[in-house]
Amino acid sequence: MTDPTSVPLGRFGAYGGRYVPEALVAALEELDEHRRKAMADPAFLGELTELQRSYTGRPSILTSVPRFAAEHCGGAQVVLKREDLNHTGSHKINNVLGQALLTKRMGKTRVIAETGAGQHGVATATAAALMGLDCTVYMGRVDTERQALNVARMRLLGAEVVPVDHGSRTLKDAVNEAFRDWVANVDHTHYVLGTVTGPYPFPEMVRDFHRVIGVEARAQMLDEYGRLPDAVLACVGGGSNAMGIFHRFIDDGDVRLIGLEGGGEGISSGRHASRFSGEATPGVLHGAFTYVLQDDEGQTIESHSVSAGLDYPSVGPEHSYLRDAGRAEYRPITDTQAMEAFRALSRTEGILPAIESAHAVAGAMQLGSELGPEALLLVNLSGRGDKDVHTAAQWFGLLDEDDPIDAEPIGQSPDGAEGEGVQL
Amino acid sequence: MSETRTETAVSRALATARGEDRAALVGYLPVGYPSVEGSIEAMRTMVRAGVDIVEIGLPYTDPLMDGPVIQTAATGALAAGVHVDDVFRAARAVTDEGAACVVMTYWNPVLRRGVEKFAADLAAAGGSGLVTPDLVPDEAADWLAASDAHDLDRIFLVAPSSTTERLVSTTAASRGFVYAAALMGVTGARSALGSDAAVLVDRVRQVSDIPVCVGLGVSTAEQAHQVAQFADGVIVGSALVSCLVDAPDDLDRGLARLDTLARELAAGVRR
Ligand SMILES: Cc1ncc(COP(=O)(O)O)c(C=O)c1O
Repeated sequence: MTDPTSVPLGRFGAYGGRYVPEALVAALEELDEHRRKAMADPAFLGELTELQRSYTGRPSILTSVPRFAAEHCGGAQVVLKREDLNHTGSHKINNVLGQALLTKRMGKTRVIAETGAGQHGVATATAAALMGLDCTVYMGRVDTERQALNVARMRLLGAEVVPVDHGSRTLKDAVNEAFRDWVANVDHTHYVLGTVTGPYPFPEMVRDFHRVIGVEARAQMLDEYGRLPDAVLACVGGGSNAMGIFHRFIDDGDVRLIGLEGGGEGISSGRHASRFSGEATPGVLHGAFTYVLQDDEGQTIESHSVSAGLDYPSVGPEHSYLRDAGRAEYRPITDTQAMEAFRALSRTEGILPAIESAHAVAGAMQLGSELGPEALLLVNLSGRGDKDVHTAAQWFGLLDEDDPIDAEPIGQSPDGAEGEGVQL
Repeated sequence: MSETRTETAVSRALATARGEDRAALVGYLPVGYPSVEGSIEAMRTMVRAGVDIVEIGLPYTDPLMDGPVIQTAATGALAAGVHVDDVFRAARAVTDEGAACVVMTYWNPVLRRGVEKFAADLAAAGGSGLVTPDLVPDEAADWLAASDAHDLDRIFLVAPSSTTERLVSTTAASRGFVYAAALMGVTGARSALGSDAAVLVDRVRQVSDIPVCVGLGVSTAEQAHQVAQFADGVIVGSALVSCLVDAPDDLDRGLARLDTLARELAAGVRR
């Protein structure tokens, strides 16, 4: 008999792999074959590049934020990679356009997706509308409530949004439900997984579709600032925007790669989404061997973060590899620190970040203070904060149910920022 | 594969059924629902009603191959405080009742305990092997070694979408029986089964002589009878679990329903 274990598939060191029901293996093999051919096919790459240019609005610009840097980052120079300016408002569209084109190449007519913050769902619904595909998006009930605006956006785009009431009712349960749909409908449905985890080939494929972020940013840094940054910072939910910007810098040994995780109410509270700074250990979740928040018996522990997009108990396997190899560092940013960063960037630069991205901004505040004025920091601003206006307004006590005008002005409400959290 | 192995209780149960010119009946229940004691009593009830092999489910937080009924039971079991150790207690109880058993588990709880330790504990409790819904042979090096070391069966799944190449490699890696998914989808009763299952079993038989048991969607005596015409074993899950889930606060009533359904199914595979 042939030894089925002799060829480990899609591993980053020990991490990754393909832990899935047999029913999905054929579809994963088909997907791998198509994406390999596509990534070597000038016609496919040309079509994708043209969509990025004329639909997404790539390349995304770099923005220097001197006022923010001077007041909050110890005077270090801080540069934002503006993925928030992409069509649909986040980096998620990079991956989705690639996978939607692959869906058509495979002759499939329907896409499904999971979503936490709603940005990946919105991007998928957008691509489905553009390319004439049917679209169903699974979203945890808790997330449909805290990201209600994005639910409406998806429905306006013609997608069906299915709230998920199992388990923690957040992102991980939406992923479970998407897999269940996929097993039943895999003959005509492609699962547009929204981040760099899941069974092979997803981690590698999704990274490759986001790699453009780092490719652009590295050239732009050299061009506009004459050197590479000292550190590249990105928030890490599943880890797609971070892998997207990190990857082109991996061989630049002097450039620190720093991922910021959802620190929730603090590591010691146990209510966080910090896979690398908490008690997470390697295990299997959603098809990949990677760090997982789990108990002694292998049951998944629910994560907590003010940010729906970072509220996930596992992380893409390539991050686990980069972390163990010492090539990337990961830090937790608490809800309160992230909201402070949200406020600081908004008020000093007129840029409202997504709460996910605000974790990366908070990382720059920490690192800038550590490194001082000589440092040049590149921050991936993965998305814009429009979807989070309601959450932020409640956090800062800007909404008075009876009289909106009566609410506390933002600058005078430090107490509100200490965060009783988000009460929705 | 290796003819020198000691036969497991599962292999003996399949052989006995074959000797009676019928398919074996495999019944699934998760340990810990509605309580550990209650679930073990339910497994004993099934055995007395004619189930040949008990498939003991280990409840898991993220059961992505399961439909609503088994999800509900798993969530209930976890909320009631079930532990991995309870699966070995259940295996011991079923074995003592005179039936064969396998454990059906997602992979992470096995990894967390340690594959070797899990295998040793299962063998010590009298269990015959594991059914692994999210572990394909390609990723199973540790389990292949541990199951060899402890003479356990390893029951991998094949599906209607499996290529012939994968039917060959998966059956070669399997032992005891191979689990043929009757349809593309998650667990849960279906009103009609379609022809996928018969076609799949036929495809497996062309590449291997390992026993084939068919599961997913089988819920009535009539369906069990149909499947028994072409498979070595008929696996019933959600329909049995429903007996308990539909009577959440009344275990006796749940057990009575379970007894009735299991007897019908046992008659179905003997018709
Ligand atoms: C703006 C934004 N940034 C980051 C994330 C986190 O995902 P990832 O870690 O895959 O980039 C999300 C997810 O919803 C998001 O919407």
